[in-house]
Amino acid sequence: MSLKEIKLLLTEKFGNEVIVGEETGGLQAALLITPDSIIEVCLELRNNPKTYFDFLSSLTGIDYGVEASRFGVVYHLASIPYRTQLTLKISKENDRDLNELPSFNSITSVYRTADWHEREAYDLTGIFFEGHPDLRRILLPDDWEGYPLRKDYQNAEYYKGIKID
Amino acid sequence: MNITDTKYNAALNNYNNKIASAATEDMVLNMGPQHPSTHGVLRLELITDGEIVKEVIPHIGYLHRCFEKHAESLTYQQTIPFTDRLDYLASMNNSHAFVMGVERMLGIDKDIPKRVEYIRVLVCELNRIASHLIAIGTYGIDIGAFTPFLWCFRDREHIMGMLEWASGSRMLYNYIWIGGLFYDLPVGFEERCREFVDYFKPKMDELNRLLTDNQVFINRTANIGVLPLDVAINYGCSGPMLRGSGLKWDLRRIDNYSVYPELEFDIPVGKGEMGSVGDCWDRYKVRVDEIDQSLRMIEQCLDRLQNELKRTTDFDPRAKLPRKTIPKAQDYYVRCEGAKGELGFYFMADGKSEIPTRVKARAPSFNNLSVLPEIAKGVMIADLIAIVGSIDFVLGEVDR
Repeated sequence: MSLKEIKLLLTEKFGNEVIVGEETGGLQAALLITPDSIIEVCLELRNNPKTYFDFLSSLTGIDYGVEASRFGVVYHLASIPYRTQLTLKISKENDRDLNELPSFNSITSVYRTADWHEREAYDLTGIFFEGHPDLRRILLPDDWEGYPLRKDYQNAEYYKGIKID
Repeated sequence: MNITDTKYNAALNNYNNKIASAATEDMVLNMGPQHPSTHGVLRLELITDGEIVKEVIPHIGYLHRCFEKHAESLTYQQTIPFTDRLDYLASMNNSHAFVMGVERMLGIDKDIPKRVEYIRVLVCELNRIASHLIAIGTYGIDIGAFTPFLWCFRDREHIMGMLEWASGSRMLYNYIWIGGLFYDLPVGFEERCREFVDYFKPKMDELNRLLTDNQVFINRTANIGVLPLDVAINYGCSGPMLRGSGLKWDLRRIDNYSVYPELEFDIPVGKGEMGSVGDCWDRYKVRVDEIDQSLRMIEQCLDRLQNELKRTTDFDPRAKLPRKTIPKAQDYYVRCEGAKGELGFYFMADGKSEIPTRVKARAPSFNNLSVLPEIAKGVMIADLIAIVGSIDFVLGEVDR
């Protein structure tokens, strides 16, 4: 199924507002989705016999830079029966307050593999996933402060009283 | 920087409460991080009822070396040595994937000389054999077979020696560069490699007689840790893990990248010969069969490299190296079949600098390991060792 057909399928099912835009400049096209409907979109793409995107290759949390103040998540889906790939993107503005993390819906109910991927995105970029069963830090220690892959991250000088060189 | 709001700590508190309350009735057992059967620094927290594992909570991150953070401050070319350190048992495959992605973004992937591509595939397949030999050898030692481990390491040493001859280092090669190679193969490499293939084939038969068909080994692995296909797909498992569950899914065939479409090889899948499809023995057997297929590919590569793509004095593997590695502004996700499964890199290029805005590594071991709590529920502790070994993860890649 081409990108056009997938777009048509999604807009017919969920209305026009579900797709915010698309990126076709590079080698891989991407669909920009409304953040709130990501679960339904993923579920539909996975279950619909015409698309059947049953494999979540990768999930990436992204900080779009200090000026943009935008956080996003990129999903790379793959369909095993049709051998196709699809990129979905969602993003939200956020003012980098550590008490108000950017928050998206978790898709662990659709793809279980999103569990660890979302934990990683939370751990490194500070993106909160609503409805995740166990959103703890995964790579860094539980008491780590800050989110290292944010563009404004300052390296810590001390960790538990130990000087970091 | 104190986060007073507890809404982001809810999961951590839940976890702490669970461990605290489990300690009164069940036993909480820590396996690792410094435990040989966890293949690196993995800590498994087991909630056990006697010998039965009620729940497994993996703790990873002990080997986190900030690959993605480093990649944001280094140029594409400078990042290649860092990719070597992801799956350090199959470094060539990592740099091949990374380089392929950057070349496609630059639009030079069609200009790479055929000889360079064949050398890349040759060293990748050699490295895949080395990685699978470790998987097989350490799997044997996990469940009590000591000899196969020594045999596998003996044969792997030949591959290490050859790759050292080509690249100058034993494990972390930095051999595949964007647009070419570090050097051409040393004179005599092809002949030496052919000798190795002839030497190694009978050794595989020996290994099969010693381990694969060993009744003790079969009893320990057949029908243990059965991973159904739908669970495997939903958990994002790939590579021998997915093929062990019976699906013919190999990105070398699906995506037909590099020169793989010109090579003949089969895709071994788990058939449940000794137990049920997707058990530990199937995953092990897929790796054994893949070694044979890799040997087939190596022979075909050598045929080409010694005949129509023979070395010439004026051949320069660095001829196509780009002067400036500045891709157009775009996002690109490249995937390829690493030794452990689908290895992917996601690049965000801004079109202005040689330094990517963001690089994400999709590590196959990370996803393969994430299925462990699901398939290890309710097994005996001794079987857990067999399951962990059959996943064949590398912590360098899990933690990145």
